[in-house]
Amino acid sequence: MLRRALGLLPRPIAAARARSFSTDLPAAHTADATFMEAWNKVMPNMDPPKTPLSFMHPRPPTPSSIPPKLTVNFVLPYASELSTKEVDMVIVTATTGQMGFLPGHVATIAELKPGVLSVHEGSETTKYFVSSGFVFIHANSFADIIAVEAVPLDRIDANLVQKGLADFTQKLSSATTELEKAEAQIGIDVHSALNSALTG
Amino acid sequence: MAMAALRREGRRFAPMISSRPITALRSSPLAPSLEDECPLGVRYISTQVVRNRMKSVKNIQKITKAMKMVAASKLRAIQTKAENSRGLWQPFTALLGDLPSANVKKNVVVTISSDKGLCGGINSTSVKISKGLHKLNSGPEKETKYVILGEKAKAQLVRDSKKDIELIITELQKNPLNYTQVSVLADEILKNVEYDALRIVFNKFHSVVSFVPTVSTVLSPEIVEREAESGGKLGDLDSYEVEGGETKGEILQNLAEFQFSCVMFNAVLENACSEQGARMSAMDSSSRNAGDMLDRLTLTYNRTRQASITTELIEIISGASALEG
Repeated sequence: MLRRALGLLPRPIAAARARSFSTDLPAAHTADATFMEAWNKVMPNMDPPKTPLSFMHPRPPTPSSIPPKLTVNFVLPYASELSTKEVDMVIVTATTGQMGFLPGHVATIAELKPGVLSVHEGSETTKYFVSSGFVFIHANSFADIIAVEAVPLDRIDANLVQKGLADFTQKLSSATTELEKAEAQIGIDVHSALNSALTG
Repeated sequence: MAMAALRREGRRFAPMISSRPITALRSSPLAPSLEDECPLGVRYISTQVVRNRMKSVKNIQKITKAMKMVAASKLRAIQTKAENSRGLWQPFTALLGDLPSANVKKNVVVTISSDKGLCGGINSTSVKISKGLHKLNSGPEKETKYVILGEKAKAQLVRDSKKDIELIITELQKNPLNYTQVSVLADEILKNVEYDALRIVFNKFHSVVSFVPTVSTVLSPEIVEREAESGGKLGDLDSYEVEGGETKGEILQNLAEFQFSCVMFNAVLENACSEQGARMSAMDSSSRNAGDMLDRLTLTYNRTRQASITTELIEIISGASALEG
């Protein structure tokens, strides 16, 4: 009975892992090789530790022509919201304003501010409110969006947003230290972004 | 004279039993009880010692079985979290690559370990890898410092590397692990420790029986710029346009901090899974050992019991025949 319990556990893991083992190393051998040599010199009796590169699916190289779709990975700390989903366009709210990414976009690193992220696939659009994070567009039309927190727009309660905005505005006016002022300002930014996301 | 012969017989039984591989059963514990329990002239061989030992081994078996079940349930709870967080570090590695062999002046090794023991060898492995990294990155002008998470690594590293330890953080798992807690922790580390490269050592969870020691490297923005300029792995980082902020350096700074907190979050979750998995297998082998021990003790117990019955019978019969004849 115990063995069956033990046997049950690895199966969901095997199904869930999309990652390959180090038999599938990408072309980035050189850093690993230098590390392994240096390790073997210092600690010959121990196997070197693995590094994250050996656990990743290698990414495809930059194609010569613009691919038809953008491949999006949208990850949050507690879930992978979208992983390698092929879409037409992605619009994010970067610190410099709204940015749209189509396939073949130039490689970019952008920091996000609280706002709406919309993913356009054919005729349907999925919108999320993102608190903050980063977006990387790679030259091979892969987009990685890493957010700290994201919720679909229909889960947001308008009344709580108004209340929160009022609260933080009041806190800002009564704030004394720089830290309190900064925290209140952040609260106001997030809530007004939420507000405009719900209305706009 | 018959009694002397019996006494010799009795003594002969006792060492025969204790020569079994149960080391604690030496002839001396039996000898006092031989004299204690008997009324005048009658001699028993006592099964008390064996019985006590059997009781304690059975209790140990129950406890270790229970610990294994507890570890299994905790593992199930935290495993889904860990798997969901695996997507978090991949974009960073895709963008910035992975440079464990980066040659930097200030290395910081962040060792993640457990607070509680009885989890097999995973903490010792992490500590050995940390010490290996320390050796790897020591030299003229280079220094390596430790940031320790967890009691077990602290106990081992404090012994010989006390002066290299910067921060010690324990009781990480008092509340369920979440990203907010880990990002506050990462913030503390980044504030208090000067670093050029952070190397996070943890055990990555592959399956209930397999945990792979892994080291993730997070480079500070200056080193990232340096590596990007010198070409090689990060060479095409310059081809990325950086939006927002006044300077590229600012964005890279935020990026490095975000990367550190994401990688830490995943590492802490993976290590917690590995800890529970290791505890499961340790407790499983412990209960199996206890079971084997119990079998051997039962055989010994039966032998002792039968020997004492035989001794009694012999005494009675020889006593009866002495009376007759």
